[in-house]
Amino acid sequence: MRLVLVLLLAALAVGCGRPAALDPAGPQAAHVARLWWLLLAVSVVVEAAVVAFAVYAVMRVRRPAPAAPTLAAEPRLERRLSTGVGLAVAVTTLIVLGLLIASILTERALGALQSPAPLTVEITGHQWWWEAEYWDAVPSQRVRTANEIHLPVGEPVLVRLRSADVIHSFWVPALHGKRDLIPGHDSFLWIQADRAGTFGGQCAEFCGYQHAHMRLLVVAESRGAFDGWLARQRQPAPEPGDDRTRHGRDVFLSGPCVLCHTISGTPAAARLGPDLTHLAGRTTLAAGILPNTPGHLAGWILDPQRIKPGVHMPSVGLEGGDLQALLAYLGTLR
Amino acid sequence: MTRAVAVGCVLAIALAPAACQREQRRFSEVAPASGLPDRLRMSGFNPGDPGAPTTLRNPYEGNAWAVSEGKRLYTAMNCVGCHAHGGGGMGPALIDDVWTYGDQPGEIYTSIVGGRPNGMPAFGGKLTDPQLWQLVAYVQSLGGGLRKDVRPTRSDHMSVRPSEQSGLPKAPRPPR
Repeated sequence: MRLVLVLLLAALAVGCGRPAALDPAGPQAAHVARLWWLLLAVSVVVEAAVVAFAVYAVMRVRRPAPAAPTLAAEPRLERRLSTGVGLAVAVTTLIVLGLLIASILTERALGALQSPAPLTVEITGHQWWWEAEYWDAVPSQRVRTANEIHLPVGEPVLVRLRSADVIHSFWVPALHGKRDLIPGHDSFLWIQADRAGTFGGQCAEFCGYQHAHMRLLVVAESRGAFDGWLARQRQPAPEPGDDRTRHGRDVFLSGPCVLCHTISGTPAAARLGPDLTHLAGRTTLAAGILPNTPGHLAGWILDPQRIKPGVHMPSVGLEGGDLQALLAYLGTLR
Repeated sequence: MTRAVAVGCVLAIALAPAACQREQRRFSEVAPASGLPDRLRMSGFNPGDPGAPTTLRNPYEGNAWAVSEGKRLYTAMNCVGCHAHGGGGMGPALIDDVWTYGDQPGEIYTSIVGGRPNGMPAFGGKLTDPQLWQLVAYVQSLGGGLRKDVRPTRSDHMSVRPSEQSGLPKAPRPPR
């Protein structure tokens, strides 16, 4: 019966699949994963030893128990106990020191990844979304986007982290461990993706009402595909081609949208909310919690407070015709 | 002695619900007014009958969360650009008790929605009504028009004066 239970539990664990942190997609996450496996192995051995001793102690009950405990000194027993405890303390200290050394070596390995002229992405945490700016010495060539960052495969990327309001934490388990975004204090991280793919990320420091809904996507792709993406991001929004989308742009520019969002190529240049210049090119909405479809976008514009209560985007009441035109216009922003 | 403790406990429990409204976060609220109130008073000089002053109540005046959201908007919408953090600059000060266009919630609302001559832009149609009322609540709190316990508790920036919560006595009215 017990065996069946153990097998069942084991089968369940297999069904979960591998968490992203243990399925590293780059050297940094691989260092962290190695340290994790080492810690797991040592902990399992120590746990097994402790349980074995406990079981042995329980089995070895003296029967029948003595009527009254003897209070006389037992020097032989005392010496045995002292030796045992002393040995256990020594082994524990050695193990902890060993783990400390492993941890320091991992930190050193994490710090070793560098590059003289890396791609630099500046990530700013907001309640509750991520702003990403691809740095360039020429200001007009900088690219600003939100909640979805693209990286070239096989190159070290410098990620600068800052916060616009409270403490957040940047965590893409497949690429690196966590790093806090602290207001007024810039920190940085070197990451590298060794295989193409889309990796999920999540804010890992409680940052308010919608902390759990603050996700991001990292898309690793070949250098060619990445260059193409970056070049597209540098383009301003296309001019609306027909009356409907032109009306949609007017709705955007004359309504509340314009006070918080940017669409480059138009007068909208506010930076309180995500940059929408290439909104239709992203796969998700509202920091990774909705798929980017016109239906979800309409629901998000009309009542974001129902989808993400407390979010700083207000519910924008729009007439049906205006909303359809706005959706059509936003759909052209690829 | 025991009775005193029991009475104290009962009193404390009875008083606790009084804090509920202060902390309530009402995310989807339909504000009472939208657009401009009927009587937009641009100055003290009015042709004919000036009529009764606007008597709208602010739905957020007892709500600490809404007031601090208003504070966020006050910076985000660049009110600080002209009014500074209440001390005034290009625009009039908001922490004294001089109100050119009235200190009633409806009048402050009208000033924000419709703008005022000589520089105050109109935010009507640009901010949603709940946001406008949150701003009104914050501006009211700057001038000491709200209960002390709903004012924002601390300032995030360097400030030349203590936070709204600390209840600084009002500046005396300057001589005219």
